[in-house]
Amino acid sequence: MKQFLVFVRKEWYHILRDPKTLFILFGMPIVQITIFGFALTNEVKNAKIAILDPSKDFASTTLINRIDASKYFEVNDYLVSTKDLEKYFKEGKIKMAIIFPQHFNQSISHTNTAQIQIIADASDPNTATVLTNYASSIIQDWQNDLNKNRKLPYSIHAEVRMLYNPELKGAFNFVPGVMSMVLMLVSTLMTSIAIVREKELGMMEVLLVSPLKPITIILAKTIPYLLLSLVNIISILLLSVFALDLPIQGSIFLLIALSLLFTITSLSLGILISSITNSQQVAMLISLMGLFLPTLMLSGFMFPIENMPLPLQLISNLVPAKWYYFIVKAVMIKGLGIQSIWKESCILLSMTIFLLIISIKKYKVRLS
Amino acid sequence: METEKVIIVKDLTKSFGDFIGTNAITFDVHKGEIFGFLGANGAGKTTAMRMLCGLSRPSSGEASVAGYDVYKYPEEIKRNIGYMSQKFSLYEDLTVKENIRFYSGIYGLNKSQIHEKTSSLLDQLHLLNEKDSLVKSLPLGWKQKLAFSIAIVHNPAIVFLDEPTGGVDPITRREFWEMIYQASANGTTVFVTTHYMDEAEYCNRVSIMVDGKIEALDTPSNLKRYHNAKTMDDVFLILARKAQRQADQ
Repeated sequence: MKQFLVFVRKEWYHILRDPKTLFILFGMPIVQITIFGFALTNEVKNAKIAILDPSKDFASTTLINRIDASKYFEVNDYLVSTKDLEKYFKEGKIKMAIIFPQHFNQSISHTNTAQIQIIADASDPNTATVLTNYASSIIQDWQNDLNKNRKLPYSIHAEVRMLYNPELKGAFNFVPGVMSMVLMLVSTLMTSIAIVREKELGMMEVLLVSPLKPITIILAKTIPYLLLSLVNIISILLLSVFALDLPIQGSIFLLIALSLLFTITSLSLGILISSITNSQQVAMLISLMGLFLPTLMLSGFMFPIENMPLPLQLISNLVPAKWYYFIVKAVMIKGLGIQSIWKESCILLSMTIFLLIISIKKYKVRLS
Repeated sequence: METEKVIIVKDLTKSFGDFIGTNAITFDVHKGEIFGFLGANGAGKTTAMRMLCGLSRPSSGEASVAGYDVYKYPEEIKRNIGYMSQKFSLYEDLTVKENIRFYSGIYGLNKSQIHEKTSSLLDQLHLLNEKDSLVKSLPLGWKQKLAFSIAIVHNPAIVFLDEPTGGVDPITRREFWEMIYQASANGTTVFVTTHYMDEAEYCNRVSIMVDGKIEALDTPSNLKRYHNAKTMDDVFLILARKAQRQADQ
């Protein structure tokens, strides 16, 4: 036990003295959450728009107020003529413009119909689509309100309810994804590199010649990363709750317990990788190409698994991150308990046990 | 004069498939002796040394190290030997003191022993002012001496040195051999592999391996007389020329 602690302490020195390791360990999760949370998102908030409203009557003002009040738009300019329009778009001042006809109110109340033109900057097609959709639905809402007082035949209102994520926030999707990526990165990549480094420096021989048991070496090498992963799990959860307004619906203990399980899965993968390679570069390549990419592609985080061809769907079952991703989404976002995810948890658990046994067996006690 | 034998090897063989790494080697090493284990690259030195350290299991033959059988008690052997490789066995990103503590710790020394060892080692090596510097900032010669001191920090019966002087200048090598003599005078058996034939002259006895077999084993002066050679270098060349095997390992 004392030997074990001596070893763990040495491991901490390695980690704390290498700025690169520290950055990957602590910078990575924060950078990823921030990038995904604030940059890589298809939500559009406070898009600057311009309004051209020659009628300036009751109807147009009400509608403009509604649009301005929504968090998606911010009315930046009130135009006087269409001449300015192109200039504003070219300068990039606005993303969208809404143009009312003259006598907007009159035409609605007398002819029951009116036109509004929406012009969007489609040099960024996604944003343009999202913005026009938002605008149309605000207008649609307003129109429905107007219709409440009238009797119109055959009017069908599709009441859409977005379950679990009513505001369609991107964070609901990527926080579980980032969690599985970060845990994979910290646990698999860092552990395999840490173990292989001992081999590369010729230290593994020295350690194996010492009275240390191989299992002690493995455990002492992995425990620090297990603890660091725990720190990462907690910091990601804190970030998502407080910075991204993503509440944890289910049991936080269940979430952390299953995250630890996934960490152990990743750690055993790391040990396995380190037992089949002798250089840090190879360990890194295998971790990145062999694990990181499948995690990204086949966990359902980036691309929906249901849309993949059958062989890929089958392969995705072998990716531990897929199951973890499912579990996190279920617990964190849908607020489900263990009774709904026991199947997935069991799959993850058996994968972990399997990998752990193989990796410890593969770990060479004697060097040749 | 009959002294205690700390390493007894009889017909020790290790084969990897068709390839025979060490072929039925037999030798003894006495307590406190400096035993030079020579051979060209690929002659089988490392294979033999690994079997003696408990790192690899012999295919056949017998061997006991520090009184323990290599098949039955590899763990006991590990407790009683020290090991230093050509890479000096130190962690570059740890300080001098931390390295000493780490190795004392994994060999199971208790707190007060570690404390005592640390201060006496720092004193002996004149490293008191450097105790909190990272090992990577030390000159090569200092690292090497530190590595050796650490390899014998737990007072092992035998210390195995695998080409310990690679890449070190002659003066530092000289000083390093003084440390080896000191350890041997204190009763530690030194088992050393080397490529430098001038170092072979410093050993009490020398064995020369060729193609997995021990071709010669005697004191340096006897070997020179027998082969009618002036230096150990000549002796080695005479023997190593017989090699059939390519040094590609």
